[in-house]
Amino acid sequence: MASTARSGRLFRNLNAKIAAIPMVLTALVVFVGGTIWTVVYSFTNSKLLPRLNFVGLDQYERLWESSRWLTSIGNLVLYGVFALIFTIAIGFLLAVLMDQKIRFEDTFRTIMLYPFALSFIVTGLVWQWILNPEFGIQGIVRDLGWESFTFDPLYNPDIVMFGLLIAGLWQGTGFVMCLMLAGLRGIDEDIWKAARVDGIPTWKTYLVVIVPMMRPVFITTLVIVASGIIKLYDLVVAQTSGGPGMASQVPAMYVYDYLFTAQNLGQGLAASTMMLLSVLIVLIPWAYLEFGGKKHG
Amino acid sequence: MADVSMAAMSGPRGAKPKKALSGRNIMLYGTLIVVCLYYILPLWVMVMTSLKGMPEVRMGNIFAPPVEITFQPWVKAWSEACTGLNCDGLSRGFWNSVIITVPSVIVSIIIASVNGYALINWKFKGSDIFFTILIFGSFIPYQVMLYPIVILLRELGIYGTLWGLVMVHTIFGMPILTLLFRNYFSSIPEELFKAARVDGAGFWGIYFRIMLPMSLPIFVVAMILQVTGIWNDFLFGVVYTKPELYPMTVQLNNIVNSVQGVKEYNVNMAATMLTGLVPLIVYFVSGKLFVRGIAAGAVKG
Repeated sequence: MASTARSGRLFRNLNAKIAAIPMVLTALVVFVGGTIWTVVYSFTNSKLLPRLNFVGLDQYERLWESSRWLTSIGNLVLYGVFALIFTIAIGFLLAVLMDQKIRFEDTFRTIMLYPFALSFIVTGLVWQWILNPEFGIQGIVRDLGWESFTFDPLYNPDIVMFGLLIAGLWQGTGFVMCLMLAGLRGIDEDIWKAARVDGIPTWKTYLVVIVPMMRPVFITTLVIVASGIIKLYDLVVAQTSGGPGMASQVPAMYVYDYLFTAQNLGQGLAASTMMLLSVLIVLIPWAYLEFGGKKHG
Repeated sequence: MADVSMAAMSGPRGAKPKKALSGRNIMLYGTLIVVCLYYILPLWVMVMTSLKGMPEVRMGNIFAPPVEITFQPWVKAWSEACTGLNCDGLSRGFWNSVIITVPSVIVSIIIASVNGYALINWKFKGSDIFFTILIFGSFIPYQVMLYPIVILLRELGIYGTLWGLVMVHTIFGMPILTLLFRNYFSSIPEELFKAARVDGAGFWGIYFRIMLPMSLPIFVVAMILQVTGIWNDFLFGVVYTKPELYPMTVQLNNIVNSVQGVKEYNVNMAATMLTGLVPLIVYFVSGKLFVRGIAAGAVKG
Protein backbone atom coordinates (compact mmCIF):
# COMPACT_ATOMS: atom_id res chain seq x y z
CA MET A 1 0.00 0.00 0.00
CA ALA A 2 1.73 3.12 -1.17
CA SER A 3 -0.82 5.40 0.39
CA THR A 4 0.64 8.71 1.45
CA ALA A 5 -0.65 10.54 4.47
CA ARG A 6 -2.90 12.47 2.16
CA SER A 7 -4.62 9.77 0.24
CA GLY A 8 -7.53 9.79 2.61
CA ARG A 9 -8.80 8.06 5.70
CA LEU A 10 -10.69 5.48 3.76
CA PHE A 11 -7.63 3.56 2.58
CA ARG A 12 -5.90 3.61 5.95
CA ASN A 13 -8.96 2.52 7.78
CA LEU A 14 -9.70 -0.05 5.15
CA ASN A 15 -6.48 -1.85 6.02
CA ALA A 16 -7.25 -1.69 9.73
CA LYS A 17 -10.73 -2.94 9.08
CA ILE A 18 -9.43 -5.83 7.00
CA ALA A 19 -7.04 -6.68 9.82
CA ALA A 20 -9.88 -6.60 12.30
CA ILE A 21 -12.23 -8.84 10.30
CA PRO A 22 -11.29 -11.98 12.27
CA MET A 23 -11.94 -10.16 15.54
CA VAL A 24 -15.26 -8.78 14.36
CA LEU A 25 -16.36 -12.18 13.10
CA THR A 26 -15.24 -13.92 16.28
CA ALA A 27 -16.97 -11.38 18.49
CA LEU A 28 -20.21 -11.21 16.52
CA VAL A 29 -20.60 -14.62 14.91
CA VAL A 30 -19.03 -16.94 17.46
CA PHE A 31 -19.36 -15.22 20.81
CA VAL A 32 -22.60 -13.28 20.39
CA GLY A 33 -24.17 -15.35 17.60
CA GLY A 34 -23.17 -18.70 19.06
CA THR A 35 -24.47 -17.78 22.50
CA ILE A 36 -27.79 -16.56 21.12
CA TRP A 37 -28.10 -19.70 18.99
CA THR A 38 -27.53 -21.93 21.99
CA VAL A 39 -30.03 -20.06 24.15
CA VAL A 40 -32.68 -20.07 21.42
CA TYR A 41 -32.31 -23.76 20.60
CA SER A 42 -32.38 -24.68 24.29
CA PHE A 43 -36.11 -23.92 24.11
CA THR A 44 -36.67 -26.47 21.34
CA ASN A 45 -37.02 -30.24 21.36
CA SER A 46 -34.09 -30.79 18.98
CA LYS A 47 -32.82 -34.33 19.12
CA LEU A 48 -30.15 -35.42 16.65
CA LEU A 49 -30.32 -32.26 14.56
CA PRO A 50 -31.27 -28.72 15.51
CA ARG A 51 -34.95 -28.03 14.77
CA LEU A 52 -36.86 -24.88 15.59
CA ASN A 53 -39.72 -26.63 17.29
CA PHE A 54 -40.29 -24.62 20.43
CA VAL A 55 -41.43 -26.41 23.55
CA GLY A 56 -41.08 -23.63 26.09
CA LEU A 57 -39.29 -24.55 29.28
CA ASP A 58 -39.65 -28.32 28.82
CA GLN A 59 -35.92 -28.93 28.49
CA TYR A 60 -35.23 -26.95 31.64
CA GLU A 61 -37.90 -28.78 33.59
CA ARG A 62 -36.42 -32.08 32.51
CA LEU A 63 -32.94 -30.83 33.31
CA TRP A 64 -33.81 -29.94 36.88
CA GLU A 65 -35.60 -33.24 37.35
CA SER A 66 -32.59 -35.21 36.18
CA SER A 67 -30.73 -36.72 39.09
CA ARG A 68 -27.54 -36.72 37.05
CA TRP A 69 -27.75 -32.96 36.54
CA LEU A 70 -28.51 -32.35 40.20
CA THR A 71 -25.50 -34.48 41.16
CA SER A 72 -23.37 -32.53 38.69
CA ILE A 73 -24.44 -29.20 40.12
CA GLY A 74 -23.93 -30.40 43.68
CA ASN A 75 -20.45 -31.66 42.81
CA LEU A 76 -19.51 -28.42 41.10
CA VAL A 77 -20.68 -26.33 44.05
CA LEU A 78 -18.81 -28.55 46.50
CA TYR A 79 -15.64 -28.56 44.41
CA GLY A 80 -16.00 -24.87 43.60
CA VAL A 81 -16.38 -23.65 47.18
CA PHE A 82 -13.43 -25.66 48.45
CA ALA A 83 -11.27 -24.94 45.41
CA LEU A 84 -11.91 -21.20 45.68
CA ILE A 85 -11.18 -21.02 49.39
CA PHE A 86 -8.11 -23.24 49.25
CA THR A 87 -6.48 -21.92 46.07
CA ILE A 88 -6.82 -18.34 47.23
CA ALA A 89 -5.78 -19.03 50.84
CA ILE A 90 -2.85 -21.26 49.89
CA GLY A 91 -1.85 -19.03 46.98
CA PHE A 92 -1.79 -16.00 49.26
CA LEU A 93 0.13 -17.75 52.04
CA LEU A 94 2.74 -19.02 49.58
CA ALA A 95 3.06 -15.55 48.10
CA VAL A 96 3.64 -14.10 51.57
CA LEU A 97 6.35 -16.70 52.22
CA MET A 98 7.93 -15.91 48.88
CA ASP A 99 7.84 -12.21 49.66
CA GLN A 100 10.16 -12.50 52.67
CA LYS A 101 13.23 -11.60 50.59
CA ILE A 102 14.23 -15.23 50.45
CA ARG A 103 17.09 -16.72 48.50
CA PHE A 104 16.47 -19.07 45.57
CA GLU A 105 13.13 -17.39 44.93
CA ASP A 106 13.29 -18.31 41.25
CA THR A 107 13.86 -21.96 42.06
CA PHE A 108 10.94 -22.10 44.48
CA ARG A 109 8.68 -20.35 42.00
CA THR A 110 9.72 -22.62 39.18
CA ILE A 111 8.85 -25.67 41.26
CA MET A 112 5.49 -24.34 42.44
CA LEU A 113 4.39 -23.21 39.00
CA TYR A 114 5.40 -26.13 36.79
CA PRO A 115 2.14 -28.08 37.29
CA PHE A 116 0.33 -25.14 35.72
CA ALA A 117 2.17 -25.79 32.46
CA LEU A 118 0.79 -29.33 32.30
CA SER A 119 -2.42 -30.53 30.73
CA PHE A 120 -5.30 -31.39 33.06
CA ILE A 121 -5.19 -34.81 31.45
CA VAL A 122 -1.62 -35.34 32.65
CA THR A 123 -2.48 -34.01 36.11
CA GLY A 124 -5.55 -36.20 36.35
CA LEU A 125 -3.70 -39.35 35.32
CA VAL A 126 -0.79 -38.81 37.69
CA TRP A 127 -3.08 -38.28 40.65
CA GLN A 128 -5.18 -41.23 39.60
CA TRP A 129 -2.03 -43.29 39.98
CA ILE A 130 -0.93 -41.73 43.28
CA LEU A 131 -4.42 -42.24 44.73
CA ASN A 132 -4.62 -45.80 43.43
CA PRO A 133 -5.77 -47.75 46.51
CA GLU A 134 -3.69 -50.81 45.74
CA PHE A 135 -0.32 -49.26 44.85
CA GLY A 136 -0.65 -45.61 45.83
CA ILE A 137 -0.69 -43.83 49.17
CA GLN A 138 -3.18 -46.23 50.76
CA GLY A 139 -1.18 -49.28 49.71
CA ILE A 140 2.07 -47.85 51.03
CA VAL A 141 0.66 -46.90 54.43
CA ARG A 142 -0.87 -50.38 54.72
CA ASP A 143 2.45 -51.96 53.84
CA LEU A 144 4.00 -49.99 56.66
CA GLY A 145 1.83 -52.00 59.01
CA TRP A 146 -1.26 -49.83 59.42
CA GLU A 147 -3.59 -52.42 57.92
CA SER A 148 -6.88 -50.61 58.40
CA PHE A 149 -5.71 -47.34 56.84
CA THR A 150 -8.21 -46.22 54.22
CA PHE A 151 -7.60 -43.45 51.73
CA ASP A 152 -9.31 -44.21 48.44
CA PRO A 153 -11.01 -40.98 47.39
CA LEU A 154 -11.32 -42.05 43.74
CA TYR A 155 -13.29 -45.16 44.69
CA ASN A 156 -15.46 -43.68 47.40
CA PRO A 157 -18.47 -41.73 46.07
CA ASP A 158 -18.66 -39.63 49.24
CA ILE A 159 -15.22 -38.10 48.93
CA VAL A 160 -14.40 -38.46 45.24
CA MET A 161 -14.66 -34.70 44.71
CA PHE A 162 -11.87 -34.22 47.24
CA GLY A 163 -9.67 -36.58 45.26
CA LEU A 164 -10.20 -34.25 42.31
CA LEU A 165 -9.63 -31.26 44.55
CA ILE A 166 -6.17 -32.50 45.58
CA ALA A 167 -5.16 -32.66 41.92
CA GLY A 168 -6.83 -29.36 41.06
CA LEU A 169 -5.05 -27.57 43.90
CA TRP A 170 -1.73 -29.09 42.90
CA GLN A 171 -2.13 -27.66 39.44
CA GLY A 172 -3.63 -24.27 40.24
CA THR A 173 -2.13 -22.92 43.47
CA GLY A 174 1.23 -22.01 41.94
CA PHE A 175 -0.52 -19.79 39.42
CA VAL A 176 -2.54 -18.02 42.10
CA MET A 177 0.67 -17.62 44.11
CA CYS A 178 2.24 -15.80 41.16
CA LEU A 179 -0.73 -13.45 40.83
CA MET A 180 -0.70 -12.73 44.57
CA LEU A 181 3.05 -12.23 44.59
CA ALA A 182 2.74 -9.69 41.78
CA GLY A 183 0.08 -7.97 43.89
CA LEU A 184 2.31 -7.94 46.97
CA ARG A 185 5.21 -6.54 44.96
CA GLY A 186 2.97 -3.79 43.69
CA ILE A 187 2.47 -2.42 47.18
CA ASP A 188 4.44 0.68 48.03
CA GLU A 189 7.50 0.06 50.19
CA ASP A 190 6.54 3.12 52.26
CA ILE A 191 3.48 1.32 53.60
CA TRP A 192 5.81 -1.26 55.14
CA LYS A 193 8.06 1.43 56.57
CA ALA A 194 5.08 3.22 58.11
CA ALA A 195 3.80 -0.02 59.62
CA ARG A 196 7.23 -0.77 61.06
CA VAL A 197 7.53 2.71 62.55
CA ASP A 198 4.15 2.25 64.20
CA GLY A 199 5.38 -1.05 65.60
CA ILE A 200 2.65 -3.17 64.01
CA PRO A 201 3.70 -6.84 63.84
CA THR A 202 4.24 -8.24 60.36
CA TRP A 203 1.34 -10.71 60.38
CA LYS A 204 -1.01 -7.97 61.51
CA THR A 205 0.22 -5.63 58.78
CA TYR A 206 -0.59 -8.29 56.21
CA LEU A 207 -4.03 -8.91 57.61
CA VAL A 208 -5.13 -5.36 58.35
CA VAL A 209 -3.25 -3.27 55.79
CA ILE A 210 -2.05 -5.37 52.89
CA VAL A 211 -5.05 -7.64 52.30
CA PRO A 212 -7.53 -4.74 52.05
CA MET A 213 -5.11 -2.94 49.73
CA MET A 214 -4.94 -6.00 47.50
CA ARG A 215 -8.69 -6.19 47.06
CA PRO A 216 -8.53 -5.74 43.26
CA VAL A 217 -6.00 -8.57 42.97
CA PHE A 218 -8.21 -10.83 45.08
CA ILE A 219 -11.25 -10.01 43.01
CA THR A 220 -9.48 -10.60 39.69
CA THR A 221 -8.09 -13.90 40.98
CA LEU A 222 -11.51 -14.90 42.23
CA VAL A 223 -13.07 -14.27 38.82
CA ILE A 224 -10.33 -16.15 36.96
CA VAL A 225 -10.40 -19.13 39.31
CA ALA A 226 -14.20 -19.23 39.40
CA SER A 227 -14.62 -19.13 35.63
CA GLY A 228 -12.02 -21.90 35.39
CA ILE A 229 -13.93 -24.03 37.90
CA ILE A 230 -17.17 -23.77 35.95
CA LYS A 231 -15.34 -25.15 32.90
CA LEU A 232 -14.00 -28.11 34.93
CA TYR A 233 -13.98 -31.02 32.53
CA ASP A 234 -10.65 -32.48 31.40
CA LEU A 235 -9.49 -33.21 34.93
CA VAL A 236 -12.61 -35.22 35.73
CA VAL A 237 -12.50 -37.10 32.43
CA ALA A 238 -8.90 -38.15 33.03
CA GLN A 239 -8.98 -38.81 36.74
CA THR A 240 -12.33 -40.46 37.39
CA SER A 241 -14.32 -40.44 34.10
CA GLY A 242 -17.18 -39.14 36.21
CA GLY A 243 -17.22 -42.18 38.45
CA PRO A 244 -17.48 -44.17 40.61
CA GLY A 245 -20.97 -44.52 39.18
CA MET A 246 -22.05 -40.92 38.69
CA ALA A 247 -20.42 -39.60 41.82
CA SER A 248 -18.05 -37.13 40.17
CA GLN A 249 -20.15 -35.93 37.25
CA VAL A 250 -19.85 -32.22 36.46
CA PRO A 251 -22.07 -29.96 34.29
CA ALA A 252 -19.55 -29.70 31.44
CA MET A 253 -19.65 -33.49 31.12
CA TYR A 254 -23.44 -33.51 31.07
CA VAL A 255 -23.40 -30.98 28.23
CA TYR A 256 -20.84 -32.93 26.22
CA ASP A 257 -22.70 -36.22 26.59
CA TYR A 258 -26.07 -34.81 25.58
CA LEU A 259 -24.65 -32.85 22.64
CA PHE A 260 -22.38 -35.47 21.15
CA THR A 261 -23.24 -38.94 22.39
CA ALA A 262 -26.83 -39.05 23.69
CA GLN A 263 -28.03 -37.05 20.66
CA ASN A 264 -30.40 -34.97 22.67
CA LEU A 265 -29.39 -31.50 21.56
CA GLY A 266 -32.11 -29.52 23.28
CA GLN A 267 -31.19 -31.02 26.64
CA GLY A 268 -27.48 -30.39 26.17
CA LEU A 269 -28.11 -26.81 25.10
CA ALA A 270 -30.37 -26.17 28.09
CA ALA A 271 -27.59 -27.43 30.35
CA SER A 272 -25.01 -25.23 28.65
CA THR A 273 -27.33 -22.24 28.98
CA MET A 274 -27.42 -22.91 32.71
CA MET A 275 -23.61 -22.88 32.69
CA LEU A 276 -23.67 -19.53 30.93
CA LEU A 277 -26.08 -18.23 33.55
CA SER A 278 -23.76 -19.27 36.35
CA VAL A 279 -20.85 -17.45 34.69
CA LEU A 280 -22.97 -14.32 34.36
CA ILE A 281 -23.74 -14.50 38.07
CA VAL A 282 -20.00 -14.33 38.74
CA LEU A 283 -19.20 -11.90 35.96
CA ILE A 284 -21.81 -9.17 36.20
CA PRO A 285 -21.06 -8.10 39.78
CA TRP A 286 -17.37 -8.10 38.91
CA ALA A 287 -17.94 -6.00 35.80
CA TYR A 288 -19.84 -3.49 37.93
CA LEU A 289 -17.01 -3.32 40.45
CA GLU A 290 -14.33 -3.09 37.81
CA PHE A 291 -15.96 -0.65 35.44
CA GLY A 292 -18.12 1.23 37.91
CA GLY A 293 -21.33 0.17 36.21
CA LYS A 294 -20.43 1.92 32.97
CA LYS A 295 -20.41 -1.26 30.93
CA HIS A 296 -22.22 -4.49 31.54
CA GLY A 297 -21.36 -8.07 30.68
CA MET B 1 26.02 0.87 65.63
CA ALA B 2 27.26 4.35 64.93
CA ASP B 3 29.88 4.63 67.66
CA VAL B 4 32.37 2.03 66.59
CA SER B 5 35.41 1.78 68.83
CA MET B 6 38.91 1.70 67.43
CA ALA B 7 39.31 -1.96 68.26
CA ALA B 8 36.23 -2.94 66.28
CA MET B 9 37.39 -0.92 63.27
CA SER B 10 39.82 -3.63 62.35
CA GLY B 11 36.96 -6.16 62.18
CA PRO B 12 34.26 -6.41 59.56
CA ARG B 13 32.24 -3.26 58.97
CA GLY B 14 28.72 -2.50 57.99
CA ALA B 15 25.46 -3.75 59.42
CA LYS B 16 25.56 -6.89 61.47
CA PRO B 17 24.79 -9.80 59.16
CA LYS B 18 21.67 -11.72 60.00
CA LYS B 19 22.19 -15.20 61.30
CA ALA B 20 21.53 -17.72 58.56
CA LEU B 21 20.05 -20.23 60.96
CA SER B 22 17.65 -18.03 62.87
CA GLY B 23 14.40 -19.60 64.01
CA ARG B 24 12.53 -17.51 61.49
CA ASN B 25 14.64 -18.75 58.61
CA ILE B 26 14.31 -22.39 59.62
CA MET B 27 10.53 -22.01 59.73
CA LEU B 28 10.44 -20.11 56.45
CA TYR B 29 12.71 -22.33 54.38
CA GLY B 30 11.42 -25.46 56.09
CA THR B 31 7.88 -24.64 55.06
CA LEU B 32 8.91 -23.75 51.52
CA ILE B 33 10.90 -26.96 51.12
CA VAL B 34 8.01 -29.10 52.38
CA VAL B 35 5.65 -27.30 50.01
CA CYS B 36 8.06 -27.86 47.13
CA LEU B 37 8.28 -31.56 47.96
CA TYR B 38 4.50 -31.75 47.57
CA TYR B 39 4.76 -30.11 44.14
CA ILE B 40 7.64 -32.29 42.99
CA LEU B 41 6.14 -35.55 44.28
CA PRO B 42 3.85 -36.32 41.29
CA LEU B 43 6.63 -35.66 38.79
CA TRP B 44 8.92 -37.92 40.81
CA VAL B 45 6.33 -40.69 41.00
CA MET B 46 5.62 -40.36 37.28
CA VAL B 47 9.28 -40.69 36.29
CA MET B 48 10.08 -43.45 38.79
CA THR B 49 7.08 -45.59 37.85
CA SER B 50 7.85 -45.21 34.16
CA LEU B 51 11.36 -46.58 34.69
CA LYS B 52 10.29 -49.77 36.49
CA GLY B 53 9.25 -53.11 35.09
CA MET B 54 5.70 -54.27 35.84
CA PRO B 55 6.75 -56.88 38.47
CA GLU B 56 8.56 -54.17 40.39
CA VAL B 57 5.59 -51.81 40.11
CA ARG B 58 3.34 -54.47 41.64
CA MET B 59 5.76 -55.34 44.42
CA GLY B 60 7.08 -52.00 45.38
CA ASN B 61 6.33 -48.58 46.60
CA ILE B 62 5.39 -45.91 44.05
CA PHE B 63 7.74 -43.41 45.68
CA ALA B 64 10.79 -45.68 45.65
CA PRO B 65 13.31 -45.32 42.84
CA PRO B 66 13.58 -48.32 40.51
CA VAL B 67 15.93 -51.12 41.54
CA GLU B 68 16.47 -51.99 37.95
CA ILE B 69 16.06 -49.17 35.45
CA THR B 70 14.29 -50.07 32.23
CA PHE B 71 13.31 -47.86 29.30
CA GLN B 72 11.00 -50.52 27.93
CA PRO B 73 7.81 -48.74 29.15
CA TRP B 74 8.87 -45.57 27.29
CA VAL B 75 9.49 -47.50 24.10
CA LYS B 76 6.20 -49.30 24.46
CA ALA B 77 4.26 -46.12 25.23
CA TRP B 78 5.79 -44.38 22.23
CA SER B 79 5.40 -47.06 19.60
CA GLU B 80 3.20 -49.95 20.76
CA ALA B 81 0.51 -48.77 23.20
CA CYS B 82 -3.02 -49.48 21.99
CA THR B 83 -6.10 -47.35 21.61
CA GLY B 84 -8.91 -49.56 20.43
CA LEU B 85 -7.63 -51.46 17.44
CA ASN B 86 -4.70 -49.17 16.74
CA CYS B 87 -1.47 -50.31 18.33
CA ASP B 88 1.00 -47.82 16.95
CA GLY B 89 1.55 -46.06 20.24
CA LEU B 90 1.50 -42.48 21.33
CA SER B 91 3.81 -41.37 18.52
CA ARG B 92 0.78 -40.84 16.28
CA GLY B 93 -0.78 -38.52 18.85
CA PHE B 94 2.50 -36.71 19.20
CA TRP B 95 2.78 -35.98 15.49
CA ASN B 96 -0.90 -35.06 15.34
CA SER B 97 -0.33 -32.58 18.15
CA VAL B 98 2.66 -31.17 16.28
CA ILE B 99 0.73 -30.65 13.05
CA ILE B 100 -2.15 -29.13 15.04
CA THR B 101 -0.01 -26.89 17.24
CA VAL B 102 2.34 -25.42 14.63
CA PRO B 103 -0.24 -23.87 12.27
CA SER B 104 -2.56 -22.93 15.15
CA VAL B 105 0.19 -21.03 16.92
CA ILE B 106 1.32 -19.25 13.75
CA VAL B 107 -2.15 -18.31 12.51
CA SER B 108 -3.47 -17.20 15.89
CA ILE B 109 -0.42 -15.04 16.59
CA ILE B 110 -0.45 -13.37 13.17
CA ILE B 111 -4.13 -12.54 13.40
CA ALA B 112 -4.02 -11.37 17.01
CA SER B 113 -0.89 -9.25 16.60
CA VAL B 114 -2.20 -7.41 13.54
CA ASN B 115 -5.49 -7.02 15.33
CA GLY B 116 -3.91 -5.61 18.47
CA TYR B 117 -1.92 -3.20 16.32
CA ALA B 118 -5.03 -2.03 14.50
CA LEU B 119 -6.80 -1.53 17.83
CA ILE B 120 -4.07 0.74 19.16
CA ASN B 121 -2.81 2.69 16.17
CA TRP B 122 -5.61 2.54 13.64
CA LYS B 123 -8.77 2.82 15.68
CA PHE B 124 -11.93 2.87 13.68
CA LYS B 125 -15.49 3.45 14.72
CA GLY B 126 -16.68 0.55 16.86
CA SER B 127 -13.28 -1.10 17.21
CA ASP B 128 -13.31 -0.77 20.99
CA ILE B 129 -16.80 -2.21 21.22
CA PHE B 130 -15.74 -5.33 19.33
CA PHE B 131 -12.73 -5.64 21.58
CA THR B 132 -14.90 -5.42 24.70
CA ILE B 133 -17.20 -8.12 23.33
CA LEU B 134 -14.15 -10.24 22.62
CA ILE B 135 -12.84 -9.92 26.18
CA PHE B 136 -16.17 -10.63 27.81
CA GLY B 137 -16.68 -13.47 25.35
CA SER B 138 -13.60 -15.16 26.71
CA PHE B 139 -15.48 -15.79 29.95
CA ILE B 140 -18.33 -17.64 28.24
CA PRO B 141 -17.96 -21.37 28.95
CA TYR B 142 -16.78 -23.22 25.85
CA GLN B 143 -19.73 -25.58 26.24
CA VAL B 144 -22.06 -22.78 25.19
CA MET B 145 -20.31 -22.36 21.84
CA LEU B 146 -19.36 -25.97 21.14
CA TYR B 147 -22.33 -26.83 18.98
CA PRO B 148 -22.74 -23.55 17.07
CA ILE B 149 -19.10 -23.93 16.04
CA VAL B 150 -19.76 -27.47 14.84
CA ILE B 151 -22.44 -26.02 12.55
CA LEU B 152 -20.15 -23.20 11.46
CA LEU B 153 -17.32 -25.58 10.58
CA ARG B 154 -19.70 -27.91 8.79
CA GLU B 155 -21.01 -25.02 6.68
CA LEU B 156 -17.43 -24.09 5.84
CA GLY B 157 -16.69 -27.71 4.98
CA ILE B 158 -13.83 -28.03 7.46
CA TYR B 159 -15.50 -29.92 10.31
CA GLY B 160 -13.25 -32.76 11.45
CA THR B 161 -10.24 -31.46 9.55
CA LEU B 162 -6.97 -30.00 10.71
CA TRP B 163 -7.92 -26.52 9.50
CA GLY B 164 -11.18 -26.64 11.39
CA LEU B 165 -9.29 -27.22 14.61
CA VAL B 166 -6.75 -24.52 13.71
CA MET B 167 -9.65 -22.12 13.30
CA VAL B 168 -11.11 -23.08 16.68
CA HIS B 169 -7.78 -22.52 18.41
CA THR B 170 -7.42 -19.19 16.63
CA ILE B 171 -10.87 -18.12 17.77
CA PHE B 172 -10.42 -19.08 21.40
CA GLY B 173 -6.85 -17.79 21.57
CA MET B 174 -7.88 -14.44 20.16
CA PRO B 175 -9.13 -12.64 23.30
CA ILE B 176 -6.04 -13.26 25.39
CA LEU B 177 -3.56 -12.76 22.54
CA THR B 178 -5.21 -9.59 21.28
CA LEU B 179 -5.15 -8.24 24.82
CA LEU B 180 -1.49 -9.17 25.14
CA PHE B 181 -0.46 -7.47 21.89
CA ARG B 182 -2.72 -4.48 22.35
CA ASN B 183 -1.24 -3.78 25.78
CA TYR B 184 2.28 -4.19 24.50
CA PHE B 185 1.82 -2.02 21.42
CA SER B 186 0.25 0.70 23.53
CA SER B 187 3.56 1.00 25.38
CA ILE B 188 5.46 1.79 22.18
CA PRO B 189 5.79 5.60 21.94
CA GLU B 190 3.25 7.09 19.60
CA GLU B 191 5.85 9.55 18.24
CA LEU B 192 7.51 6.65 16.47
CA PHE B 193 4.29 5.77 14.75
CA LYS B 194 3.63 9.38 13.80
CA ALA B 195 7.12 9.84 12.43
CA ALA B 196 6.69 6.77 10.24
CA ARG B 197 3.39 8.11 9.02
CA VAL B 198 5.02 11.41 8.08
CA ASP B 199 7.62 9.43 6.17
CA GLY B 200 4.82 7.84 4.20
CA ALA B 201 4.69 4.37 5.70
CA GLY B 202 1.30 2.67 5.57
CA PHE B 203 -0.51 0.15 7.73
CA TRP B 204 1.59 -2.88 6.80
CA GLY B 205 4.81 -0.91 6.42
CA ILE B 206 4.64 0.33 9.99
CA TYR B 207 3.62 -3.10 11.24
CA PHE B 208 6.48 -4.94 9.59
CA ARG B 209 9.24 -2.34 9.90
CA ILE B 210 8.50 -0.81 13.30
CA MET B 211 6.03 -2.77 15.41
CA LEU B 212 7.26 -6.26 14.64
CA PRO B 213 10.99 -5.67 15.22
CA MET B 214 10.25 -3.76 18.42
CA SER B 215 8.02 -6.41 19.93
CA LEU B 216 9.91 -9.65 19.56
CA PRO B 217 9.73 -10.41 23.32
CA ILE B 218 5.96 -10.26 23.32
CA PHE B 219 5.85 -12.57 20.30
CA VAL B 220 7.90 -15.05 22.29
CA VAL B 221 5.53 -14.71 25.25
CA ALA B 222 2.56 -15.27 22.95
CA MET B 223 4.22 -18.33 21.46
CA ILE B 224 4.86 -19.84 24.89
CA LEU B 225 1.26 -19.20 25.87
CA GLN B 226 -0.12 -20.74 22.71
CA VAL B 227 2.21 -23.73 22.43
CA THR B 228 1.43 -24.87 25.98
CA GLY B 229 -2.25 -23.99 25.71
CA ILE B 230 -2.86 -25.76 22.41
CA TRP B 231 -0.69 -28.74 23.25
CA ASN B 232 -2.63 -29.23 26.49
CA ASP B 233 -6.05 -28.86 24.90
CA PHE B 234 -8.36 -31.83 25.21
CA LEU B 235 -11.94 -30.67 24.66
CA PHE B 236 -11.50 -29.12 21.20
CA GLY B 237 -9.44 -32.08 20.09
CA VAL B 238 -12.24 -34.46 21.04
CA VAL B 239 -15.05 -32.38 19.59
CA TYR B 240 -13.59 -31.06 16.35
CA THR B 241 -11.32 -33.81 15.04
CA LYS B 242 -11.69 -37.39 13.90
CA PRO B 243 -9.88 -40.25 15.65
CA GLU B 244 -7.08 -40.29 13.05
CA LEU B 245 -6.27 -36.72 13.99
CA TYR B 246 -6.71 -36.92 17.77
CA PRO B 247 -4.09 -34.83 19.57
CA MET B 248 -1.74 -36.40 22.07
CA THR B 249 -3.82 -35.56 25.17
CA VAL B 250 -6.88 -37.33 23.76
CA GLN B 251 -4.90 -40.38 22.73
CA LEU B 252 -3.17 -40.48 26.11
CA ASN B 253 -6.51 -40.48 27.89
CA ASN B 254 -7.77 -43.24 25.61
CA ILE B 255 -4.69 -45.36 26.25
CA VAL B 256 -4.71 -45.02 30.02
CA ASN B 257 -8.44 -45.08 30.66
CA SER B 258 -9.29 -47.89 28.25
CA VAL B 259 -10.93 -50.73 30.09
CA GLN B 260 -9.69 -53.71 28.16
CA GLY B 261 -6.55 -55.62 29.01
CA VAL B 262 -4.22 -55.70 31.97
CA LYS B 263 -3.28 -52.28 33.24
CA GLU B 264 0.36 -51.53 32.63
CA TYR B 265 0.94 -48.71 35.02
CA ASN B 266 4.56 -48.19 34.01
CA VAL B 267 3.58 -47.75 30.35
CA ASN B 268 0.76 -45.43 31.38
CA MET B 269 3.11 -43.25 33.36
CA ALA B 270 5.66 -43.20 30.53
CA ALA B 271 2.88 -42.11 28.17
CA THR B 272 1.74 -39.44 30.61
CA MET B 273 5.30 -38.19 30.99
CA LEU B 274 5.78 -38.11 27.21
CA THR B 275 2.66 -35.96 26.83
CA GLY B 276 3.75 -33.61 29.58
CA LEU B 277 7.26 -33.31 28.23
CA VAL B 278 6.67 -30.68 25.55
CA PRO B 279 4.97 -28.11 27.83
CA LEU B 280 7.49 -28.89 30.57
CA ILE B 281 10.43 -28.22 28.27
CA VAL B 282 8.81 -25.01 27.06
CA TYR B 283 8.21 -24.03 30.68
CA PHE B 284 11.69 -24.74 31.98
CA VAL B 285 13.42 -23.14 28.99
CA SER B 286 11.26 -20.02 28.94
CA GLY B 287 11.47 -19.31 32.68
CA LYS B 288 10.25 -15.81 33.47
CA LEU B 289 8.66 -15.29 30.07
CA PHE B 290 6.10 -17.98 30.94
CA VAL B 291 5.20 -16.12 34.11
CA ARG B 292 4.85 -12.96 32.07
CA GLY B 293 2.46 -14.68 29.69
CA ILE B 294 0.12 -15.97 32.36
CA ALA B 295 0.31 -12.71 34.31
CA ALA B 296 -0.71 -10.81 31.17
CA GLY B 297 -3.71 -13.07 30.98
CA ALA B 298 -4.64 -12.14 34.51
CA VAL B 299 -4.60 -8.40 33.97
CA LYS B 300 -8.11 -8.47 32.66
CA GLY B 301 -9.27 -11.97 31.96
